[in-house]
Amino acid sequence: MSELSDSRSKQGSFAGSVGVIESYPAYDVQAVRFRYQSKGSDAIRWILDDVSFSVQAGEVLGVVGPNGSGKTSLLKVLARLLRPVQGRIDLFGQELAAMAQQEVACAVGVVPQDTQQLFPFTVAETVLMGRFPHRPRGRWTGGIGWESREDVAIAEEAMMTVDIVHLAHRAVTDLSGGERQRAMIARALAQRTRVLLLDEPTAFLDLQHQVEICSVLVRLKEENRLTVVLVSHDLNLVSQYCDRILLLDHGQVVRLGRPEEVIEPEVLESVYRCRVLVDRHPGTGLPRVTLPGRSLSGGM
Amino acid sequence: MRSIRKRSVPVKVPVVHEDPLKQTPATVPSGSCAEVLPDESRRVDPARGIVAQGAILTNSRWMTTLGILALTAIAVSFVCLHFGAQPIAYGEILRVFVDAVNRKEIDGGTSDVATTILLHVRLPRMLLGFLVGCSLATVGVALQALLRNPLADSYVLGVSSGAALGAAVGVLLGAGTTFLAETALPAYGFAGGLLALVVVYRMAASYEQLPIHSLLLTGVILNAIFSALIMFITSILEPNRSYGMMAWLMGTLTAPTYGGLAGLAVYLSIGLFLLFSQMRVLNILALGEDSARTLGIDTEKAKRFIFVLTALVTGAVVSVSGMIGFIGMVVPHAVRLVTGADHRLLLPASALVGGTFLMGADTIARTLISPAEIPVGIITALAGGPFFVYLLLWRKDRLA
Repeated sequence: MSELSDSRSKQGSFAGSVGVIESYPAYDVQAVRFRYQSKGSDAIRWILDDVSFSVQAGEVLGVVGPNGSGKTSLLKVLARLLRPVQGRIDLFGQELAAMAQQEVACAVGVVPQDTQQLFPFTVAETVLMGRFPHRPRGRWTGGIGWESREDVAIAEEAMMTVDIVHLAHRAVTDLSGGERQRAMIARALAQRTRVLLLDEPTAFLDLQHQVEICSVLVRLKEENRLTVVLVSHDLNLVSQYCDRILLLDHGQVVRLGRPEEVIEPEVLESVYRCRVLVDRHPGTGLPRVTLPGRSLSGGM
Repeated sequence: MRSIRKRSVPVKVPVVHEDPLKQTPATVPSGSCAEVLPDESRRVDPARGIVAQGAILTNSRWMTTLGILALTAIAVSFVCLHFGAQPIAYGEILRVFVDAVNRKEIDGGTSDVATTILLHVRLPRMLLGFLVGCSLATVGVALQALLRNPLADSYVLGVSSGAALGAAVGVLLGAGTTFLAETALPAYGFAGGLLALVVVYRMAASYEQLPIHSLLLTGVILNAIFSALIMFITSILEPNRSYGMMAWLMGTLTAPTYGGLAGLAVYLSIGLFLLFSQMRVLNILALGEDSARTLGIDTEKAKRFIFVLTALVTGAVVSVSGMIGFIGMVVPHAVRLVTGADHRLLLPASALVGGTFLMGADTIARTLISPAEIPVGIITALAGGPFFVYLLLWRKDRLA
């Protein structure tokens, strides 16, 4: 603890000396428990039950598990949208709970699962909002605050990255689900954070854009040591693109490890309660999950 | 404005597509499925960038739009000064203004009828109308962004009737014999409006996004309760005062003294100035609670601050002009169609349009059956009510 506060005082601000921060993992999650507040009843179950793990800087971690296993809640706890009831989370050695909202926003970008929008902002305006946490706010003159040329360039690069430059002038309310999802990813990229949390980022994407988004994440990880935590239902996608996989069930960590350590038929069958086939991807040699098909599932 | 922007957009912007399959050999070392794109491919040609596409709000579009709206407001104000029980020629209006400026005083004891009508009846009333319209539209924009609901409006939500109840209590306690801002009435209105907003806020806070019907029902219930209490107060006042209160409740603009107008202006400018300092924050809040927090806003604090400001402005406006409805809903809606959703333009543009709209509506109210007058609240309700029904029935898709 003393060591921690010492290093924090040396760092000054969060974005300060990289050397000190690099010695810490991106996330250190210690015995986190979470449940939704409900009046009177103590009997409701934990959504996250004694979850501990750490994510290294520059790692892509996939979080998988059945419906209701606590994946999205875990992501929200990491994004500090939810506060753990017990336990502690450190972000690059700093206690997450003690950070200011803006500090968190400069360090962690979030792509939400629900991308539905109500107001007809253009795609470009939406992506530019990713620059909001970085732009200094005058106390009384913050009303206008035009974006700088640099902000625009960063937003354009983010839009180029997810292939939505041609949609720039369209209203987000008029986009298809996949296009809107890409706009949200671009907004998080424009935030230029060291950590990216994504909740089902490929759920509405066609194959081309699934591959593109995942390639972008891996590229950013390699070039910029971006840390990625990705929640997905797509076991194959997670297996191909993630360094490690966290398998959740009933709010508890069932397995955490490299794809070949987690994507095992016995493990998956006990967690998902159905038969699956696991073989090797012909290109990468990583585990590949297939549904059993009609003839096999009949025998179950 | 929007159509102009669309036309300037290039037909199709060629985007360099990396073909991952082509560049990924059948056998790659595990874990390296990514292509490292060359830097040039990620730079957008400025001629086709988001600024050139007109996809974001720029300083020049901001200035142009607001300039046009301000000029329109001035033009409409002349038309409003012209009409009345006794039309006054435009040349005459200019002459009166030039005279007034030359004399450096407006209260000079002139016997000129046109001067008296213009400077002491029509002009102050028109300015009051502009201020009230401005404030209602601004509050409407803020409430819509905060509650993420395009139907939110201080009238629909019951905030106006809360403020009216506050002001009525003020009258009952003898805070003032007139309904003008020189008295402490705006403070009573503020308290009443705040009471209503606390209820709305608690409702909104208990849902992730308050369903539209719950929000409307909250407004209906609040309106019913507050109306009952106002009726009660009206019934125990002396007949002549209760008549005055009824007329005020319907939403009436009466020519104020310049002192009263200045008092109101000071009151409103505090609230409006602070609201205008929150335009970027409103943009982010409009994205929703979670997104706003991941973009670094302390949403609870920001929302509370803006809610209090809207109550302040509504309270001041209602205590002066009664319940003028629907401006806060209709105007932002119409303006958004033209300016887009960015609150940095939407908020000031709505303020100008709202002010202009109420100036015009009030001119109709006082000329339609002149020399008698209709409460302007009736005009705005007749214009806004059907629009509200249209939104509910045919634009369900936009109401979430």
